[in-house]
Amino acid sequence: MGRWQALLWLGPSLALIAVVVVYPAVALVGASLGRYSITGLYQGWVGTANYLRLLEQEALPDVVLNTIVWVVSIVAVTVVASLGLAQLLNEEFPGRRLVRWALIVPWAASLIMTSKLFVWLYDYYFGMLNRVLTVLGLLPAPVDWLGNDATVMAAMILVGIFVSLPFTTYVLLAGRAAIPREVYEAARVDGASRWRTYRSVTLPLLRPALLVAIVLNVIYVFNSFPIVWTLNDRNPGFAHDTMITYMYKIAFKSSLRDVGLAAALGVVNVLVILLAVLLYLQTVTWREAEA
Amino acid sequence: MSISRERRRTVRRAALAAAGLAVALVVLAPYIVMVCAALKPEAELRITPPRLTPMVWRPTNFLEVLADPGFQVWLRASLIVALASTVIVVLAATPAAYYTARHRFPGRSAFLLLVLVTQMFSPTALVVGLYREFFELGLVDTYAALILTNAAFNLAFAVWILRAFFSAIPREIEEAAAVDGCGRLGTLVRVVLPLSLPAVVTAVIFAFITAWNEYIVALTLMTDPARKPLTVGITAYVTAYVQHWNHLFAASVIAIVPVVILFASIERHLVGGLTAGSVK
Repeated sequence: MGRWQALLWLGPSLALIAVVVVYPAVALVGASLGRYSITGLYQGWVGTANYLRLLEQEALPDVVLNTIVWVVSIVAVTVVASLGLAQLLNEEFPGRRLVRWALIVPWAASLIMTSKLFVWLYDYYFGMLNRVLTVLGLLPAPVDWLGNDATVMAAMILVGIFVSLPFTTYVLLAGRAAIPREVYEAARVDGASRWRTYRSVTLPLLRPALLVAIVLNVIYVFNSFPIVWTLNDRNPGFAHDTMITYMYKIAFKSSLRDVGLAAALGVVNVLVILLAVLLYLQTVTWREAEA
Repeated sequence: MSISRERRRTVRRAALAAAGLAVALVVLAPYIVMVCAALKPEAELRITPPRLTPMVWRPTNFLEVLADPGFQVWLRASLIVALASTVIVVLAATPAAYYTARHRFPGRSAFLLLVLVTQMFSPTALVVGLYREFFELGLVDTYAALILTNAAFNLAFAVWILRAFFSAIPREIEEAAAVDGCGRLGTLVRVVLPLSLPAVVTAVIFAFITAWNEYIVALTLMTDPARKPLTVGITAYVTAYVQHWNHLFAASVIAIVPVVILFASIERHLVGGLTAGSVK
Protein backbone atom coordinates (compact mmCIF):
# COMPACT_ATOMS: atom_id res chain seq x y z
CA MET A 1 0.00 0.00 0.00
CA GLY A 2 2.60 2.51 1.19
CA ARG A 3 4.84 1.55 -1.67
CA TRP A 4 2.15 2.16 -4.31
CA GLN A 5 1.32 5.48 -2.78
CA ALA A 6 4.99 6.51 -2.89
CA LEU A 7 5.12 5.52 -6.53
CA LEU A 8 2.18 7.78 -7.24
CA TRP A 9 3.82 10.83 -5.65
CA LEU A 10 7.27 10.15 -7.10
CA GLY A 11 5.91 8.92 -10.43
CA PRO A 12 6.27 12.09 -12.52
CA SER A 13 9.87 12.63 -11.39
CA LEU A 14 10.76 8.98 -11.93
CA ALA A 15 9.24 8.99 -15.41
CA LEU A 16 11.17 12.11 -16.36
CA ILE A 17 14.46 10.70 -15.10
CA ALA A 18 13.82 7.35 -16.78
CA VAL A 19 13.09 8.90 -20.16
CA VAL A 20 15.72 11.64 -20.26
CA VAL A 21 18.59 10.41 -18.09
CA VAL A 22 18.49 6.63 -17.74
CA TYR A 23 17.37 5.75 -21.26
CA PRO A 24 19.97 7.98 -23.00
CA ALA A 25 22.65 6.49 -20.75
CA VAL A 26 21.60 3.01 -21.87
CA ALA A 27 21.39 4.21 -25.49
CA LEU A 28 24.91 5.64 -25.14
CA VAL A 29 26.33 2.30 -24.00
CA GLY A 30 24.38 0.53 -26.75
CA ALA A 31 25.68 2.93 -29.39
CA SER A 32 29.25 2.40 -28.20
CA LEU A 33 28.91 -1.28 -29.09
CA GLY A 34 27.50 -0.77 -32.57
CA ARG A 35 28.43 0.49 -36.00
CA TYR A 36 26.55 3.34 -37.65
CA SER A 37 26.40 4.81 -41.12
CA ILE A 38 27.40 8.45 -41.61
CA THR A 39 23.68 9.37 -41.58
CA GLY A 40 23.21 7.65 -38.21
CA LEU A 41 21.64 4.31 -39.19
CA TYR A 42 22.48 1.23 -37.14
CA GLN A 43 24.53 -1.31 -39.07
CA GLY A 44 25.22 -4.02 -36.54
CA TRP A 45 26.97 -5.07 -33.36
CA VAL A 46 30.75 -4.67 -33.17
CA GLY A 47 31.54 -5.54 -29.56
CA THR A 48 34.46 -3.59 -28.12
CA ALA A 49 35.80 -2.53 -31.52
CA ASN A 50 34.88 1.14 -30.95
CA TYR A 51 36.81 1.23 -27.67
CA LEU A 52 39.86 -0.30 -29.31
CA ARG A 53 39.61 2.20 -32.17
CA LEU A 54 39.33 5.01 -29.65
CA LEU A 55 42.67 4.00 -28.15
CA GLU A 56 44.23 4.12 -31.62
CA GLN A 57 43.10 7.68 -32.37
CA GLU A 58 46.13 9.85 -32.97
CA ALA A 59 44.56 12.84 -31.22
CA LEU A 60 43.66 10.98 -28.02
CA PRO A 61 46.85 11.55 -25.96
CA ASP A 62 46.72 15.32 -26.62
CA VAL A 63 43.01 15.46 -25.87
CA VAL A 64 43.43 13.67 -22.54
CA LEU A 65 46.34 15.91 -21.61
CA ASN A 66 44.32 19.02 -22.59
CA THR A 67 41.46 17.81 -20.40
CA ILE A 68 43.72 17.37 -17.39
CA VAL A 69 45.32 20.81 -17.88
CA TRP A 70 41.86 22.36 -18.44
CA VAL A 71 40.27 20.89 -15.30
CA VAL A 72 43.21 21.14 -12.91
CA SER A 73 44.24 24.70 -13.76
CA ILE A 74 40.71 26.13 -13.77
CA VAL A 75 39.69 24.45 -10.51
CA ALA A 76 42.95 25.31 -8.74
CA VAL A 77 43.01 28.99 -9.70
CA THR A 78 39.26 29.38 -9.16
CA VAL A 79 39.34 27.94 -5.66
CA VAL A 80 42.31 30.04 -4.55
CA ALA A 81 40.86 33.24 -6.02
CA SER A 82 37.43 32.47 -4.56
CA LEU A 83 38.92 32.06 -1.10
CA GLY A 84 40.12 35.64 -1.40
CA LEU A 85 36.81 36.87 -2.78
CA ALA A 86 34.82 35.09 -0.08
CA GLN A 87 37.11 36.60 2.55
CA LEU A 88 36.48 40.07 1.12
CA LEU A 89 32.70 39.65 0.75
CA ASN A 90 32.43 38.30 4.28
CA GLU A 91 33.52 41.71 5.62
CA GLU A 92 31.20 44.67 6.13
CA PHE A 93 31.89 47.58 3.80
CA PRO A 94 29.89 50.11 1.82
CA GLY A 95 28.86 48.70 -1.56
CA ARG A 96 29.15 45.04 -0.60
CA ARG A 97 25.73 44.21 -2.04
CA LEU A 98 26.74 45.78 -5.36
CA VAL A 99 29.85 43.63 -5.54
CA ARG A 100 27.77 40.51 -4.85
CA TRP A 101 25.38 41.49 -7.64
CA ALA A 102 28.26 42.18 -10.05
CA LEU A 103 29.53 38.68 -9.33
CA ILE A 104 26.14 37.27 -10.33
CA VAL A 105 26.48 38.48 -13.93
CA PRO A 106 28.96 35.91 -15.32
CA TRP A 107 27.01 33.21 -13.45
CA ALA A 108 23.58 34.12 -14.80
CA ALA A 109 24.62 35.06 -18.33
CA SER A 110 24.43 32.41 -21.03
CA LEU A 111 27.84 30.73 -21.37
CA ILE A 112 27.67 30.79 -25.13
CA MET A 113 27.08 34.55 -25.12
CA THR A 114 29.95 35.10 -22.69
CA SER A 115 32.15 32.89 -24.89
CA LYS A 116 31.29 34.92 -28.00
CA LEU A 117 32.05 38.07 -26.04
CA PHE A 118 35.52 36.75 -25.22
CA VAL A 119 36.15 35.88 -28.87
CA TRP A 120 35.61 39.59 -29.52
CA LEU A 121 37.76 40.70 -26.58
CA TYR A 122 40.61 38.42 -27.72
CA ASP A 123 40.40 39.61 -31.35
CA TYR A 124 43.81 40.36 -32.85
CA TYR A 125 42.87 43.67 -34.52
CA PHE A 126 39.73 44.90 -32.78
CA GLY A 127 39.88 43.28 -29.33
CA MET A 128 40.17 45.41 -26.20
CA LEU A 129 42.57 42.99 -24.50
CA ASN A 130 45.46 43.64 -26.89
CA ARG A 131 44.67 47.36 -26.76
CA VAL A 132 44.75 47.55 -22.98
CA LEU A 133 47.87 45.40 -22.62
CA THR A 134 49.84 47.35 -25.24
CA VAL A 135 48.81 50.75 -23.85
CA LEU A 136 49.90 49.64 -20.37
CA GLY A 137 53.22 48.51 -21.86
CA LEU A 138 52.68 44.91 -20.75
CA LEU A 139 52.78 43.68 -24.34
CA PRO A 140 55.18 44.98 -27.02
CA ALA A 141 52.86 43.95 -29.88
CA PRO A 142 49.33 42.54 -30.23
CA VAL A 143 48.91 38.76 -29.91
CA ASP A 144 46.52 36.54 -31.87
CA TRP A 145 45.35 34.86 -28.66
CA LEU A 146 42.93 32.36 -30.20
CA GLY A 147 44.85 31.67 -33.41
CA ASN A 148 48.17 30.89 -31.77
CA ASP A 149 48.86 27.33 -30.56
CA ALA A 150 50.89 28.68 -27.67
CA THR A 151 48.18 30.95 -26.23
CA VAL A 152 44.78 29.50 -27.12
CA MET A 153 44.60 27.06 -24.18
CA ALA A 154 45.56 29.71 -21.64
CA ALA A 155 43.01 32.10 -23.17
CA MET A 156 40.25 29.51 -22.84
CA ILE A 157 41.29 28.62 -19.29
CA LEU A 158 41.03 32.30 -18.31
CA VAL A 159 37.39 32.33 -19.45
CA GLY A 160 36.78 29.07 -17.60
CA ILE A 161 38.08 30.67 -14.41
CA PHE A 162 36.04 33.81 -15.00
CA VAL A 163 32.74 31.93 -15.18
CA SER A 164 33.56 29.51 -12.33
CA LEU A 165 34.41 32.22 -9.78
CA PRO A 166 30.84 33.24 -8.83
CA PHE A 167 29.52 29.79 -7.88
CA THR A 168 32.69 28.90 -6.01
CA THR A 169 32.76 32.17 -4.11
CA TYR A 170 29.12 31.77 -3.11
CA VAL A 171 29.69 28.22 -1.81
CA LEU A 172 32.68 29.38 0.23
CA LEU A 173 30.72 32.39 1.53
CA ALA A 174 27.96 30.06 2.72
CA GLY A 175 30.56 27.87 4.42
CA ARG A 176 32.11 30.95 5.98
CA ALA A 177 28.76 32.16 7.32
CA ALA A 178 28.27 28.80 9.06
CA ILE A 179 31.36 29.31 11.24
CA PRO A 180 30.20 30.53 14.68
CA ARG A 181 31.38 33.98 15.78
CA GLU A 182 32.50 32.67 19.17
CA VAL A 183 35.38 30.81 17.56
CA TYR A 184 36.80 34.11 16.33
CA GLU A 185 36.32 35.78 19.66
CA ALA A 186 38.23 32.95 21.31
CA ALA A 187 41.04 33.38 18.79
CA ARG A 188 41.15 37.12 19.53
CA VAL A 189 41.31 36.54 23.27
CA ASP A 190 44.26 34.24 22.65
CA GLY A 191 45.94 37.11 20.81
CA ALA A 192 46.13 35.36 17.44
CA SER A 193 47.04 37.54 14.47
CA ARG A 194 44.66 37.89 11.51
CA TRP A 195 46.68 35.61 9.26
CA ARG A 196 47.17 33.11 12.07
CA THR A 197 43.43 33.09 12.74
CA TYR A 198 42.71 32.55 9.07
CA ARG A 199 45.12 29.65 8.84
CA SER A 200 44.25 27.83 12.00
CA VAL A 201 40.56 28.71 12.41
CA THR A 202 38.93 29.70 9.12
CA LEU A 203 40.62 27.27 6.73
CA PRO A 204 40.09 24.10 8.80
CA LEU A 205 36.45 24.99 9.49
CA LEU A 206 35.96 25.83 5.82
CA ARG A 207 37.17 22.36 4.79
CA PRO A 208 33.72 20.84 4.10
CA ALA A 209 32.64 23.79 1.91
CA LEU A 210 36.03 23.74 0.16
CA LEU A 211 35.74 20.05 -0.66
CA VAL A 212 32.22 20.51 -2.01
CA ALA A 213 33.36 23.46 -4.12
CA ILE A 214 36.33 21.51 -5.51
CA VAL A 215 34.42 18.35 -6.40
CA LEU A 216 31.45 20.16 -7.95
CA ASN A 217 33.81 22.39 -9.94
CA VAL A 218 35.71 19.37 -11.23
CA ILE A 219 32.41 17.98 -12.55
CA TYR A 220 31.24 21.30 -14.04
CA VAL A 221 34.58 22.14 -15.64
CA PHE A 222 35.07 18.65 -17.05
CA ASN A 223 31.56 18.85 -18.55
CA SER A 224 32.07 22.37 -19.88
CA PHE A 225 31.34 22.69 -23.59
CA PRO A 226 30.56 26.21 -24.90
CA ILE A 227 33.89 27.87 -24.06
CA VAL A 228 36.21 25.48 -25.89
CA TRP A 229 33.61 24.97 -28.62
CA THR A 230 33.45 28.70 -29.33
CA LEU A 231 36.98 29.98 -28.66
CA ASN A 232 38.68 27.09 -30.45
CA ASP A 233 36.27 27.33 -33.36
CA ARG A 234 38.72 28.54 -36.02
CA ASN A 235 41.46 26.01 -35.30
CA PRO A 236 41.35 22.84 -37.41
CA GLY A 237 42.00 19.40 -35.96
CA PHE A 238 41.77 18.38 -32.32
CA ALA A 239 44.94 19.92 -30.87
CA HIS A 240 43.08 22.08 -28.31
CA ASP A 241 40.00 19.96 -27.63
CA THR A 242 38.94 18.40 -24.34
CA MET A 243 37.36 14.95 -24.06
CA ILE A 244 33.92 16.58 -24.24
CA THR A 245 34.45 18.74 -27.33
CA TYR A 246 36.44 15.93 -29.02
CA MET A 247 33.50 13.58 -28.44
CA TYR A 248 31.12 16.15 -29.90
CA LYS A 249 33.24 16.73 -32.99
CA ILE A 250 33.55 12.98 -33.65
CA ALA A 251 29.78 12.57 -33.37
CA PHE A 252 28.41 15.60 -35.14
CA LYS A 253 30.92 17.86 -36.82
CA SER A 254 34.12 16.43 -38.23
CA SER A 255 34.24 14.43 -41.43
CA LEU A 256 34.26 11.37 -39.18
CA ARG A 257 30.60 11.56 -38.09
CA ASP A 258 31.28 8.34 -36.22
CA VAL A 259 28.50 7.66 -33.70
CA GLY A 260 30.02 4.42 -32.37
CA LEU A 261 33.42 5.98 -31.69
CA ALA A 262 31.87 9.08 -30.11
CA ALA A 263 29.64 6.93 -27.92
CA ALA A 264 32.66 4.95 -26.70
CA LEU A 265 34.33 8.20 -25.64
CA GLY A 266 30.97 9.30 -24.17
CA VAL A 267 30.92 6.20 -21.95
CA VAL A 268 34.46 7.00 -20.79
CA ASN A 269 33.36 10.58 -20.00
CA VAL A 270 30.36 9.32 -18.04
CA LEU A 271 32.62 7.03 -16.02
CA VAL A 272 34.93 9.94 -15.20
CA ILE A 273 31.95 11.94 -13.93
CA LEU A 274 30.59 8.96 -11.98
CA LEU A 275 33.94 8.75 -10.21
CA ALA A 276 33.66 12.41 -9.25
CA VAL A 277 30.06 11.88 -8.11
CA LEU A 278 31.20 9.06 -5.82
CA LEU A 279 33.83 11.42 -4.40
CA TYR A 280 31.11 14.02 -3.86
CA LEU A 281 28.87 11.55 -2.05
CA GLN A 282 31.75 10.60 0.19
CA THR A 283 32.53 14.26 0.84
CA VAL A 284 29.02 15.22 1.86
CA THR A 285 28.63 11.83 3.64
CA TRP A 286 25.17 11.84 2.05
CA ARG A 287 23.25 13.32 4.93
CA GLU A 288 20.04 11.52 4.11
CA ALA A 289 19.49 10.17 7.63
CA GLU A 290 19.05 13.58 9.24
CA ALA A 291 16.00 14.64 7.22
CA MET B 1 43.83 55.83 21.71
CA SER B 2 40.19 55.34 20.85
CA ILE B 3 40.43 58.00 18.15
CA SER B 4 43.26 56.16 16.44
CA ARG B 5 41.32 52.91 16.64
CA GLU B 6 38.30 54.68 15.13
CA ARG B 7 40.50 55.98 12.37
CA ARG B 8 42.03 52.62 11.67
CA ARG B 9 38.54 51.21 11.28
CA THR B 10 37.58 53.91 8.80
CA VAL B 11 40.73 53.32 6.77
CA ARG B 12 40.06 49.59 6.79
CA ARG B 13 36.50 50.05 5.56
CA ALA B 14 37.68 52.38 2.82
CA ALA B 15 40.33 49.88 1.74
CA LEU B 16 37.73 47.09 1.66
CA ALA B 17 35.33 49.25 -0.35
CA ALA B 18 38.13 50.04 -2.83
CA ALA B 19 38.96 46.35 -3.18
CA GLY B 20 35.27 45.58 -3.66
CA LEU B 21 34.98 48.23 -6.36
CA ALA B 22 38.04 46.81 -8.13
CA VAL B 23 36.52 43.30 -8.07
CA ALA B 24 33.19 44.57 -9.43
CA LEU B 25 34.99 46.44 -12.23
CA VAL B 26 37.06 43.42 -13.27
CA VAL B 27 34.00 41.15 -13.28
CA LEU B 28 31.85 43.63 -15.19
CA ALA B 29 34.54 44.89 -17.62
CA PRO B 30 33.81 42.31 -20.36
CA TYR B 31 30.09 43.06 -20.16
CA ILE B 32 30.75 46.82 -20.31
CA VAL B 33 32.62 46.19 -23.58
CA MET B 34 29.60 44.16 -24.71
CA VAL B 35 27.12 46.95 -24.03
CA CYS B 36 29.36 49.56 -25.70
CA ALA B 37 29.85 47.39 -28.79
CA ALA B 38 26.09 46.82 -28.94
CA LEU B 39 25.68 50.61 -29.24
CA LYS B 40 28.21 51.13 -32.05
CA PRO B 41 27.49 51.53 -35.75
CA GLU B 42 28.85 48.68 -37.86
CA ALA B 43 31.76 50.72 -39.24
CA GLU B 44 33.06 51.57 -35.76
CA LEU B 45 33.62 47.89 -35.00
CA ARG B 46 36.41 47.85 -37.56
CA ILE B 47 38.74 50.60 -36.41
CA THR B 48 42.23 50.08 -35.05
CA PRO B 49 43.18 50.74 -32.39
CA PRO B 50 39.75 49.88 -30.98
CA ARG B 51 37.91 52.31 -28.68
CA LEU B 52 35.75 51.32 -25.74
CA THR B 53 32.95 53.84 -26.17
CA PRO B 54 31.11 54.52 -29.42
CA MET B 55 31.89 57.79 -31.27
CA VAL B 56 28.32 57.74 -32.57
CA TRP B 57 25.83 56.17 -30.16
CA ARG B 58 23.44 53.91 -32.00
CA PRO B 59 20.68 52.51 -29.78
CA THR B 60 18.77 51.64 -32.96
CA ASN B 61 20.79 48.40 -33.00
CA PHE B 62 18.48 47.16 -30.27
CA LEU B 63 15.36 48.10 -32.24
CA GLU B 64 16.76 46.41 -35.35
CA VAL B 65 17.38 43.20 -33.42
CA LEU B 66 13.91 43.28 -31.87
CA ALA B 67 12.39 43.82 -35.32
CA ASP B 68 14.44 41.04 -36.92
CA PRO B 69 12.07 38.14 -37.75
CA GLY B 70 14.90 35.70 -37.03
CA PHE B 71 15.36 37.08 -33.54
CA GLN B 72 11.63 36.94 -32.89
CA VAL B 73 11.54 33.27 -33.84
CA TRP B 74 14.48 32.43 -31.54
CA LEU B 75 12.99 34.44 -28.70
CA ARG B 76 9.68 32.62 -29.10
CA ALA B 77 11.45 29.23 -29.09
CA SER B 78 13.41 30.13 -25.96
CA LEU B 79 10.27 31.28 -24.18
CA ILE B 80 8.28 28.17 -25.14
CA VAL B 81 11.03 25.79 -24.08
CA ALA B 82 11.92 27.60 -20.85
CA LEU B 83 8.31 28.13 -19.73
CA ALA B 84 7.07 24.64 -20.58
CA SER B 85 10.03 22.89 -18.98
CA THR B 86 9.65 25.05 -15.87
CA VAL B 87 5.99 24.04 -15.54
CA ILE B 88 6.95 20.37 -15.82
CA VAL B 89 9.72 20.79 -13.23
CA VAL B 90 7.31 22.26 -10.69
CA LEU B 91 4.58 19.69 -11.38
CA ALA B 92 7.00 16.78 -11.05
CA ALA B 93 9.21 18.07 -8.24
CA THR B 94 6.50 19.30 -5.85
CA PRO B 95 4.83 15.95 -5.04
CA ALA B 96 8.20 14.18 -4.91
CA ALA B 97 9.68 16.80 -2.58
CA TYR B 98 6.60 16.76 -0.35
CA TYR B 99 6.35 13.00 -0.08
CA THR B 100 10.06 12.51 0.68
CA ALA B 101 9.97 15.35 3.22
CA ARG B 102 7.02 13.86 5.12
CA HIS B 103 7.25 10.08 4.77
CA ARG B 104 9.79 7.37 5.32
CA PHE B 105 9.33 4.51 2.92
CA PRO B 106 11.44 1.80 1.33
CA GLY B 107 13.32 3.26 -1.59
CA ARG B 108 13.37 6.84 -0.37
CA SER B 109 17.17 7.03 -0.11
CA ALA B 110 17.51 5.36 -3.49
CA PHE B 111 15.17 7.93 -5.03
CA LEU B 112 17.02 10.91 -3.53
CA LEU B 113 20.33 9.44 -4.63
CA LEU B 114 18.99 9.05 -8.17
CA VAL B 115 17.90 12.69 -8.18
CA LEU B 116 21.32 13.79 -6.93
CA VAL B 117 23.11 11.82 -9.63
CA THR B 118 20.94 13.40 -12.37
CA GLN B 119 21.96 16.80 -11.04
CA MET B 120 25.65 15.92 -11.37
CA PHE B 121 25.17 14.76 -14.96
CA SER B 122 24.66 17.71 -17.21
CA PRO B 123 23.14 16.73 -20.56
CA THR B 124 26.58 17.35 -22.06
CA ALA B 125 28.03 13.99 -21.12
CA LEU B 126 24.94 12.16 -22.38
CA VAL B 127 24.41 14.19 -25.53
CA VAL B 128 25.27 11.36 -27.92
CA GLY B 129 22.79 9.07 -26.12
CA LEU B 130 20.15 11.81 -26.05
CA TYR B 131 20.55 12.33 -29.77
CA ARG B 132 20.23 8.59 -30.45
CA GLU B 133 17.04 8.45 -28.39
CA PHE B 134 15.32 11.44 -29.99
CA PHE B 135 16.53 10.40 -33.45
CA GLU B 136 14.93 6.98 -33.01
CA LEU B 137 11.73 8.49 -31.62
CA GLY B 138 11.56 10.95 -34.50
CA LEU B 139 11.74 13.90 -32.10
CA VAL B 140 14.72 15.71 -33.63
CA ASP B 141 13.77 19.35 -34.32
CA THR B 142 10.81 19.29 -31.91
CA TYR B 143 10.25 21.51 -28.88
CA ALA B 144 9.10 18.41 -26.95
CA ALA B 145 12.62 16.95 -26.95
CA LEU B 146 14.17 20.18 -25.64
CA ILE B 147 11.42 20.71 -23.07
CA LEU B 148 11.74 17.19 -21.64
CA THR B 149 15.53 17.35 -21.51
CA ASN B 150 15.56 20.67 -19.69
CA ALA B 151 12.84 19.56 -17.28
CA ALA B 152 14.68 16.36 -16.32
CA PHE B 153 18.01 18.02 -15.66
CA ASN B 154 16.53 20.90 -13.68
CA LEU B 155 14.39 18.66 -11.53
CA ALA B 156 16.99 18.03 -8.84
CA PHE B 157 17.48 21.65 -7.83
CA ALA B 158 13.71 22.09 -7.41
CA VAL B 159 13.42 18.91 -5.34
CA TRP B 160 16.18 20.04 -2.92
CA ILE B 161 14.87 23.57 -2.49
CA LEU B 162 11.23 22.51 -2.03
CA ARG B 163 12.08 19.62 0.27
CA ALA B 164 14.10 21.83 2.58
CA PHE B 165 11.16 24.27 2.89
CA PHE B 166 8.53 21.55 3.28
CA SER B 167 10.51 19.87 6.07
CA ALA B 168 10.65 23.16 7.98
CA ILE B 169 6.85 23.55 8.09
CA PRO B 170 5.49 22.28 11.43
CA ARG B 171 3.39 19.14 11.08
CA GLU B 172 0.77 20.65 13.39
CA ILE B 173 -0.30 23.12 10.70
CA GLU B 174 -0.93 20.27 8.31
CA GLU B 175 -2.69 18.23 10.94
CA ALA B 176 -5.02 21.16 11.60
CA ALA B 177 -5.75 21.33 7.87
CA ALA B 178 -6.47 17.60 7.85
CA VAL B 179 -8.90 18.04 10.75
CA ASP B 180 -10.62 20.75 8.72
CA GLY B 181 -11.23 18.16 6.04
CA CYS B 182 -8.37 18.79 3.62
CA GLY B 183 -7.10 15.69 1.85
CA ARG B 184 -3.37 15.19 1.43
CA LEU B 185 -3.27 16.85 -1.97
CA GLY B 186 -5.53 19.64 -0.68
CA THR B 187 -3.17 20.25 2.24
CA LEU B 188 -0.21 20.41 -0.12
CA VAL B 189 -1.84 22.85 -2.53
CA ARG B 190 -3.75 25.03 -0.07
CA VAL B 191 -1.48 25.04 2.99
CA VAL B 192 2.05 23.85 2.29
CA LEU B 193 2.69 25.51 -1.06
CA PRO B 194 1.59 29.02 -0.02
CA LEU B 195 3.86 28.74 3.03
CA SER B 196 6.75 27.70 0.78
CA LEU B 197 6.35 30.49 -1.74
CA PRO B 198 10.02 31.61 -1.59
CA ALA B 199 11.13 28.05 -2.43
CA VAL B 200 8.63 27.78 -5.28
CA VAL B 201 9.76 31.13 -6.71
CA THR B 202 13.40 30.09 -6.42
CA ALA B 203 12.75 26.75 -8.13
CA VAL B 204 10.77 28.43 -10.92
CA ILE B 205 13.40 31.10 -11.59
CA PHE B 206 16.28 28.66 -11.50
CA ALA B 207 14.59 26.18 -13.84
CA PHE B 208 13.63 28.97 -16.22
CA ILE B 209 17.14 30.47 -16.39
CA THR B 210 18.90 27.15 -16.81
CA ALA B 211 16.58 26.21 -19.69
CA TRP B 212 16.93 29.72 -21.16
CA ASN B 213 20.73 29.35 -21.19
CA GLU B 214 20.86 25.70 -22.33
CA TYR B 215 23.08 25.31 -25.38
CA ILE B 216 24.46 21.90 -26.26
CA VAL B 217 21.20 19.94 -26.58
CA ALA B 218 19.58 22.75 -28.57
CA LEU B 219 22.66 22.92 -30.82
CA THR B 220 22.47 19.19 -31.44
CA LEU B 221 18.73 18.66 -31.85
CA MET B 222 17.50 21.87 -33.47
CA THR B 223 18.63 22.13 -37.08
CA ASP B 224 15.46 23.84 -38.31
CA PRO B 225 16.15 27.63 -38.26
CA ALA B 226 12.50 28.25 -37.34
CA ARG B 227 12.87 26.36 -34.05
CA LYS B 228 16.28 27.34 -32.76
CA PRO B 229 16.32 29.03 -29.36
CA LEU B 230 18.25 32.27 -28.73
CA THR B 231 21.49 30.63 -27.54
CA VAL B 232 21.88 28.79 -30.84
CA GLY B 233 20.12 31.27 -33.12
CA ILE B 234 22.06 34.44 -32.34
CA THR B 235 25.38 32.90 -33.38
CA ALA B 236 24.08 33.47 -36.94
CA TYR B 237 24.88 37.18 -36.49
CA VAL B 238 28.60 36.39 -36.64
CA THR B 239 29.78 33.66 -39.00
CA ALA B 240 32.55 33.25 -41.55
CA TYR B 241 30.41 35.30 -43.97
CA VAL B 242 28.71 38.00 -41.90
CA GLN B 243 30.11 39.90 -38.92
CA HIS B 244 27.30 41.79 -37.17
CA TRP B 245 28.98 41.94 -33.77
CA ASN B 246 26.84 44.91 -32.74
CA HIS B 247 23.67 42.91 -33.41
CA LEU B 248 25.05 39.82 -31.71
CA PHE B 249 25.82 41.86 -28.59
CA ALA B 250 22.55 43.78 -28.64
CA ALA B 251 20.72 40.44 -28.77
CA SER B 252 22.94 39.12 -25.96
CA VAL B 253 22.23 42.14 -23.77
CA ILE B 254 18.50 41.62 -24.32
CA ALA B 255 18.87 37.95 -23.35
CA ILE B 256 21.17 38.52 -20.37
CA VAL B 257 19.73 41.52 -18.50
CA PRO B 258 16.37 40.04 -17.40
CA VAL B 259 18.07 36.82 -16.40
CA VAL B 260 20.65 38.59 -14.23
CA ILE B 261 17.91 40.48 -12.40
CA LEU B 262 15.94 37.27 -11.79
CA PHE B 263 19.07 35.47 -10.65
CA ALA B 264 19.98 38.23 -8.20
CA SER B 265 16.51 37.93 -6.68
CA ILE B 266 17.09 34.28 -5.68
CA GLU B 267 20.76 34.77 -4.78
CA ARG B 268 20.30 33.76 -1.15
CA HIS B 269 18.81 30.34 -1.91
CA LEU B 270 21.13 29.27 -4.72
CA VAL B 271 23.90 27.60 -2.78
CA GLY B 272 21.51 25.41 -0.77
CA GLY B 273 19.93 24.00 -3.91
CA LEU B 274 23.21 23.43 -5.74
CA THR B 275 25.12 21.75 -2.94
CA ALA B 276 22.42 19.32 -1.85
CA GLY B 277 22.85 17.86 1.59
CA SER B 278 26.22 19.43 2.29
CA VAL B 279 26.11 23.12 3.18
CA LYS B 280 23.37 23.90 5.66
